[in-house]
Amino acid sequence: MKTILTALRMLVVLTILTGILYPLVVTLAAQVVFPVQANGSLQIHDDAVVGSSLIGQEMNSDPRYFWSRPSVIGYNPLPSSGSNLGPTNATLAQVVEERAVAFREAHNLAEDAVIPTDMLFASGSGLDPHISPVAAQLQVARVAAARGLTVEQVNALVDSAIEAPQIGLLGQPRVNVLLLNLALDGLQ
Amino acid sequence: MTPLELLQLVAYFGLLIVLTPLLGGFMARIFAGKRTFLSPVLRPVEVITYRLTGVKADEEQDWRGYAVALVVFNVLGFFVVFGLQLAQGVLPLNPAGLPTVEATLAFNTATSFMTNTNWQSYAGETTLSYATQMLGLAVQNFVSAATGIAVVSALIRGLARRTAHTIGNFWVDLVRSTMYILLPLSLILALVLVSQGVMQNFSAPVEATTLTGVTQALPQGPAASQIAIKQLGTNGGGFFNVNSAHPFENPTPLSNFLQMLAILLIPAALTNTYGRMIGSQRQGWVIFAAMLIMLITGLSLMLVSEYSSNPVFGVAGVLEGKEVRFGITNSILWGAATTAASNGSVNAMQSSFTPLAGGIAMLNILLGEIIFGGVGAGLYGMLIFVIMTVFIAGLMVGRTPEYLGKKIEAREIQMAILAILLPSAAVLLMTALASVTEAGLSSRANVGPHGFSEILYAFASASNNNGSAFAGLNANTPFYNLLLGIAMWVGRFGVIIPVLAIAGSMVVKKTAPPSPGTFPTDGAVFAGLLIAIILIVGALTFFPALTLGPIVEHLLMAAGRSF
Repeated sequence: MKTILTALRMLVVLTILTGILYPLVVTLAAQVVFPVQANGSLQIHDDAVVGSSLIGQEMNSDPRYFWSRPSVIGYNPLPSSGSNLGPTNATLAQVVEERAVAFREAHNLAEDAVIPTDMLFASGSGLDPHISPVAAQLQVARVAAARGLTVEQVNALVDSAIEAPQIGLLGQPRVNVLLLNLALDGLQ
Repeated sequence: MTPLELLQLVAYFGLLIVLTPLLGGFMARIFAGKRTFLSPVLRPVEVITYRLTGVKADEEQDWRGYAVALVVFNVLGFFVVFGLQLAQGVLPLNPAGLPTVEATLAFNTATSFMTNTNWQSYAGETTLSYATQMLGLAVQNFVSAATGIAVVSALIRGLARRTAHTIGNFWVDLVRSTMYILLPLSLILALVLVSQGVMQNFSAPVEATTLTGVTQALPQGPAASQIAIKQLGTNGGGFFNVNSAHPFENPTPLSNFLQMLAILLIPAALTNTYGRMIGSQRQGWVIFAAMLIMLITGLSLMLVSEYSSNPVFGVAGVLEGKEVRFGITNSILWGAATTAASNGSVNAMQSSFTPLAGGIAMLNILLGEIIFGGVGAGLYGMLIFVIMTVFIAGLMVGRTPEYLGKKIEAREIQMAILAILLPSAAVLLMTALASVTEAGLSSRANVGPHGFSEILYAFASASNNNGSAFAGLNANTPFYNLLLGIAMWVGRFGVIIPVLAIAGSMVVKKTAPPSPGTFPTDGAVFAGLLIAIILIVGALTFFPALTLGPIVEHLLMAAGRSF
């Protein structure tokens, strides 16, 4: 009985410490020091939230925009999810083939053209904000034609959007699709 | 794999090796009750805690007293998390208006966080209120980790002390592990994560109108504080459904690197703490080396497999379930670390890894979560195998086995066997049950050998308190919620209680000085033997099951077969 009482008191004290004080201290510090990041890195244009720079968006095959990676949740974040399909899944093999055909057709690529795998496979979160630089470069001609811009103009935009590995060491070179598309809208 | 990616691996393991003695020395001071640089701030809080709870900090417990306090505290924690979920509909801090959680799911989730498993049958952003996440899950993230650290510190005292009776005070170990180790590290990591883009607020989801005019609801919440302890405490339970694959949970390569480091940091450092407390850092480094060799061997095989071509899809470098910002190398490194360390968080979907990469992740778990393992749990699990190795080596040369000058006798071996057998039996029996019942089979998302792997992975993960998943499996059914919950109880207390019993029987023994016949446990030969014993026990137990899942799937994939 005495042990149960001790356990109960201990749980109350540790709950106050780790369940209330700790998250409150972190929240307070985060909101003061990093207000943008702490609130979801929202992108606000003309007083309206157009998204978060960390969360990808469905481009619904709009030819005027760069497209994001395939997503099994259509970039609807509630809740996030990947496909969880395995390496010998026949359905996935078929879907990948269809995505390859569709991507080649939309971009006038040869039938044997190699497509970067990030445009063939869905991300784990379904919300991946990035594509590989190659995947962006393959889309330049389509975007330029749809917008009446020159390929050079769009190429320059893509080049400046490529993020290098962090601190020169970590991660992969990549392009944030939403930020690139916002820059594209900003051109006109 | 590019040279830059290889360099990331080197940086990762290099930093881990450098930090091990630094944090290890600090933790040794904590367990010995000595002053540290944090004492001026934290000592008053600690004293007030003892006063409020009526704990007499200088009164130590024998192993039974220690075990009773631990079990009572954990069971109580289970009921609190269970109750919070049933009541969250009427509690505050629920801006999204989420309803009460279904009972078997609440049982599963409460068990999961209390046992440091953090298996998640639910999607965090659409199931649990901020109140449940903070007052329930985040608290258990701390205290379940602190429980693991407490158990290993008790076991170490059992090995280090001579002809004594007590193995420490559970309440003191719990409080000191939480206040001096977990809280300060979490505070720092949480703020660094926020700087990278992990959110920390109490807002309701924000509605955005995307460039193509679609409404996108962006989830919010106090994520950073929970993610920091999720990694440091080898808990692994995500704030969001896809865990650290979610850009809000793990936004940049740097946040990814730090979270991966946090997964192994404390388990690795504890090997050094152990060495210091028994008076030979070398003993600690031998265990560290055995762990590192197994981790890096598994990681290498996983990388080779994942970079190879998949004949079913006709491409190499499959990115299904992976994020562009991490790429293949960082996804696989995380996959190896999280399964070795009983963490269970993911930054890519394990289910979409190649059969061998997923299979090695599964093997890491099945070996008993001892390759660094959970905080505390990894080291006490490894010490069980150390005792087995000493015993088997003793049998081979026909001498009474001894470890650190103490005789290993029947009782220790009985307890060690129990700690190895209970979780293994739970994995195999429950997998078998699920594989022959409609309730078990109907939850699979993939068919063929991959479907069996989903089931095997689930019970491996639950019984060994890992928490990661081949997440295609729909585990949110009463069948899986109950069975997996029971597996977690068995895997947690079926190991902790035998370990404390060993601590209790070792602490009373006297030590004899080493003789020429003593088998040295601080050299490369011992490390090799230890690895061999672990692999033999693991292989004998699980090879047949692994053959039915990942191994046959690998052979069929190589032949281009799909299901």
